[in-house]
Amino acid sequence: MGKLAAGVTRLFAISILAITLLLVIQLWLHSYEARQKFGLGFLTSTLWNPVTDEFGALPFLYGTVITSFLALLIAVPLGVGAAIFLAELTGPKLSETLTFLVELLAAVPSVIFGLLAIFTLVPFMRNYVQPGLQRVTGGIAIFSGHPYGVGYLTAGVILAVMTFPFIISVSREALLAVPREQREAALAVGATQWEATWDAVIPFARLGIIGSIFLALARALGETMAVTMVIGNNPSIRASLFAPGYTIASVIANEFTEATGDVYLAALVELGLVLFALTIIINGLAQLLIRVTTKR
Amino acid sequence: MTRRAIVNKLMFALCGLAAFLTVSTLFLILAYLVYNGGTSISLDFFTKLPGPSGHPGGMANAILGSAEIIFFAAVIGLPIGFFSGIYLAESADPWLPAIVRYTADLLNGVPSIVIGIVVWTVMVVPLHHFSALAGGVALSLMLIPITARSTERFLLQVPRELREGALALGADKWRTTATVIVPAARRGIVTGMILGIARISGETAPLLFTSLNNEYWSAGFKEPTASLPVMIYTHAVSPYADWHRQAWAAGLVLLGLVLVGNITARMVLTQGAKRS
Repeated sequence: MGKLAAGVTRLFAISILAITLLLVIQLWLHSYEARQKFGLGFLTSTLWNPVTDEFGALPFLYGTVITSFLALLIAVPLGVGAAIFLAELTGPKLSETLTFLVELLAAVPSVIFGLLAIFTLVPFMRNYVQPGLQRVTGGIAIFSGHPYGVGYLTAGVILAVMTFPFIISVSREALLAVPREQREAALAVGATQWEATWDAVIPFARLGIIGSIFLALARALGETMAVTMVIGNNPSIRASLFAPGYTIASVIANEFTEATGDVYLAALVELGLVLFALTIIINGLAQLLIRVTTKR
Repeated sequence: MTRRAIVNKLMFALCGLAAFLTVSTLFLILAYLVYNGGTSISLDFFTKLPGPSGHPGGMANAILGSAEIIFFAAVIGLPIGFFSGIYLAESADPWLPAIVRYTADLLNGVPSIVIGIVVWTVMVVPLHHFSALAGGVALSLMLIPITARSTERFLLQVPRELREGALALGADKWRTTATVIVPAARRGIVTGMILGIARISGETAPLLFTSLNNEYWSAGFKEPTASLPVMIYTHAVSPYADWHRQAWAAGLVLLGLVLVGNITARMVLTQGAKRS
């Protein structure tokens, strides 16, 4: 009886390994034509031409990396700052309530962020933020060109809003896991509350905070719907953050059901494979870091 | 004030500002969605089929379609996740639990669009049809790791004394799990399941190439099926103002469902905590 129960639950657990293996195998097999035709050049080519069956991933890789980077640039200070406030500087009751609200924010579906972004963030960026940035900076390269509203910067902003809940809740956990003595010792030798936090608590929780940032990065890289609705759908590489671009996830979302021809479809699957590999590596690191800190 | 005291105050204020900004985002989103959705929603939304611009109708088929897809996802995903979670919490195997746990976390982080591609290759291509079932399978693959990890977490929170009591009475390990540990953790387990369902019910990307979409009632579970998230997407990116209003209404309904799920889950858990 015990043996049977152990065996059955083990079988279910192994199915999780089987599913993950299935993802790898299917992505590998169904990207065959593209891997065969373009080889490693797929990753460095900027061509994306369904008519001549020539495909390269670079514009999408660039868009994915640049939007995620912008997202972190905004989300990390906001998220870590909020986590410090919730874990160190406020009472448990307010902290619990605010954390619950942040977790609700994490539950808002991606497509709803996209819906809101199309009708609020895009016009706001076009009419105020982008012209404002151009005036202040004098229109340097990264803020040059016509302010369309859609593009890398807008996608980065919406990704920041979608990722800071992860940074907040995981960083807060990491900070709360720091032993009391660590704080009290610093306060006892005359540190201010901020100095105790910055010099005694944060170094202790460092790996967990970095883990939360990696987790947010992996989310941002793979985020599809909200980005697809504001990125502008333009497969090229531009220096300006105002320019419309494209990401790996959005090109798959937009073109997969319309792809005609085996090579076209295989190229899209290969993009999926690249995205899969990228997020697995970053998530793998994030999980390791989070495990190390919460174990202590 | 000394410089140190000023820095202390300043950083305190900045962190407070960050917390305020992040939390207020939720209220901004809610207010804007309630305002736009509330003025767009009507009885027609729940009873009529979508129509062309000029006669936008409703999204009754998408509501039913979403329910159908989520039902398939739950039927497949919850049991697999539940039993995997029991394994993770209870098994005495040497190294397999750690590997499964790590893999489950990785699977949970796989972009949902990638799950969509893979389910397209294993369901849609061989069956030659986009279908509600394929959509359900795609969402179940996201539900499994979530359920497994939350089930494990709540099983591990059951106090040692309960387990030891059962073992002392002569029950074997698995009988203890089935009759003592799982019932003791049931509120937590149910909470995790509700949160999982709420999470997948808003997913759009995995449905794009699995259940696709449908302007009409679906002809069956092996046929293309409309869903609320996909409808929001197609209507929001359309050029028609009256379709945009439909998207707002659908957004309000979807977010309402997701938030009710989250808040219910929270209440189930805190009430359980009070009683015990």
